[in-house]
Amino acid sequence: MSALLAADPVTGFASMLSQPFVRHALLAGTAISALSGLVGYFVVLRGQVFAGDALSHVAYAGALAALAAGLDLRFGLFAATIGVGLLLGLLGGRGVADDVVIGTTFAWVLGLGVLFLTLYTTSSSTGNGAANVTVLFGSIFAITGAAAATAAWIAAGLIGALLLIARPLLFASVDPGVAAARGVPTRLLGPLFLAILGGAVAEASQAVGALLLFGLLAAPAAAAQRLTADPWRALSLAGVLAVLAMWAGLGLAYAVPALPASFTIVGCAAVEFAAAAGYRALRGSAAKAGQPGGQPAADEPRGVVAAP
Amino acid sequence: MTGFSWNLIEDVALLLSYHFMLNALRAGTIVAVLAGAIGYFMVLRRQSFAGHTLAVIGFPGAAGATWLGLSASAGYFGFCIAGALVIAALPRAGRRSSGLGGYGDESAVIGTVQAVALACGFLFVSQYRGFLSGLTSLLFGTITGVSDAQVLALLAAGAGCLLALLALGRPLLFSTIDPDVAEARGVPVRLVGAGFLVLLAVAAAGTSQVTGSLLVFALLVTPAATASRLTARPGLGLLLSILIAVAVTWLGEGIAFFSPYPIGFWVTTLAFAAFLLATGYRAATERLGRRAAASPAAAPAGSPAGGGSR
Repeated sequence: MSALLAADPVTGFASMLSQPFVRHALLAGTAISALSGLVGYFVVLRGQVFAGDALSHVAYAGALAALAAGLDLRFGLFAATIGVGLLLGLLGGRGVADDVVIGTTFAWVLGLGVLFLTLYTTSSSTGNGAANVTVLFGSIFAITGAAAATAAWIAAGLIGALLLIARPLLFASVDPGVAAARGVPTRLLGPLFLAILGGAVAEASQAVGALLLFGLLAAPAAAAQRLTADPWRALSLAGVLAVLAMWAGLGLAYAVPALPASFTIVGCAAVEFAAAAGYRALRGSAAKAGQPGGQPAADEPRGVVAAP
Repeated sequence: MTGFSWNLIEDVALLLSYHFMLNALRAGTIVAVLAGAIGYFMVLRRQSFAGHTLAVIGFPGAAGATWLGLSASAGYFGFCIAGALVIAALPRAGRRSSGLGGYGDESAVIGTVQAVALACGFLFVSQYRGFLSGLTSLLFGTITGVSDAQVLALLAAGAGCLLALLALGRPLLFSTIDPDVAEARGVPVRLVGAGFLVLLAVAAAGTSQVTGSLLVFALLVTPAATASRLTARPGLGLLLSILIAVAVTWLGEGIAFFSPYPIGFWVTTLAFAAFLLATGYRAATERLGRRAAASPAAAPAGSPAGGGSR
């Protein structure tokens, strides 16, 4: 297995790529991570990370509900996340529900997921406890060829939809008031984006699991925002960084079988983020040293709310 | 599971005849009191995302401790308290209240931290072979397997925590409600906040051992949110929050004992039901109050009619 660590990396890669399960994982992983990176950029820009967190809880409950009902896991995933995403968007999200309400509701949804887990493992004779781990933490190397192709097609469709609305969405995210005044249909874009986010959450759950999808959704986007201020560059950078994290994670997990793939993928994304934050801090201190008294931190929001 | 009869006294006696249930109830009571009290301040301070993050950080701690052959409680407490110290040491600038619309980049960082913590926990679990059923109870809680030593440890941690909360109570409330004035009056706001985060970490670690890392919200946030829907007075709200947390825990553990479904489901469902009831009650009283205020046209200012809850 540790052929990648052999003296000749070319043969190592060739033998890795000759494995069908690696090719399936690469196909699905690339599409899913590109989607997650692109969607994640908008999630961070629009300040909807908590909504993503909520949807990941829904993904868990939905997947296990489908399993308990004897349906395909993916059916439950997509139905639950896209449905709740639309619902969140239509209910407004802003002002209506604060984090306490959302957190309370989704703790309960997770509790429902545990109920479905029990139903599934006790009722069906084929039920195996591994399904729980798969939904929570993903198992990308176990993905079948057909499932990988489906995941890739769905990811491509969602990326297309996102790029189609990217320009007005960016406008509406940066300055909703002006965008609405200019005739951008912001009320339509919000729910539409949350539905796409729901789809992305369902896709990412298949790769790294419901609990770890922030590694693909938030970390590349946060890293990209630290590297460039230009929105289009940051958007594409988030996608590229997510794909790179996926490839590096898959390679690492293949080379070191003791490490689960979900861990290496999320770990690589986190390393990217840490590197970007470090680069930013270095450049910031260098700039400050270059021009003493350049700009005091005037744009810091004063403690409006009790911060710890 | 075991036979449930409609004779409730007999059922309770049966339940109490099992040593593990006694321990679960003892641990649950300690944890519920602690979570109800600390959670109330947490909701007031709008730090529920921090509480959730701390609980999630506890998961790799517990998984790692089990992998290394240590007790899971040591892992929970160690990692949670370390996480609280790190969060407290983070620079304050830019940290805002969490909400669906109100915060962006900072929460992306928190989300990343959560994902890494969970991934590390998964790594530790996968290193420890044959641990798959343990994973579910680490994440979603269990009523079995609370040992006498664990109860004692929880009792010590809970008592210490409540004493510290008592000592911290006044300046904490002051600096929560009006940080600027508190700072001007010489209250060490930053230090009080850091101290509270450590208390929150202890509460989250303790709660994790009953509800699991992922369902900490059920005891830490929901009872407090319910109480703050019912009253705006801090003392009464604190008391209500503790009472609701204890009631939810007892009922949840009792029902989980007789039903085939896990405790995490019951505790979250009961807590959520209480929250819904309180929200409905508040909406109803507010509507009644508005109607009462509207119909007698000459209602003088400051009339007690129409309570609402403010």
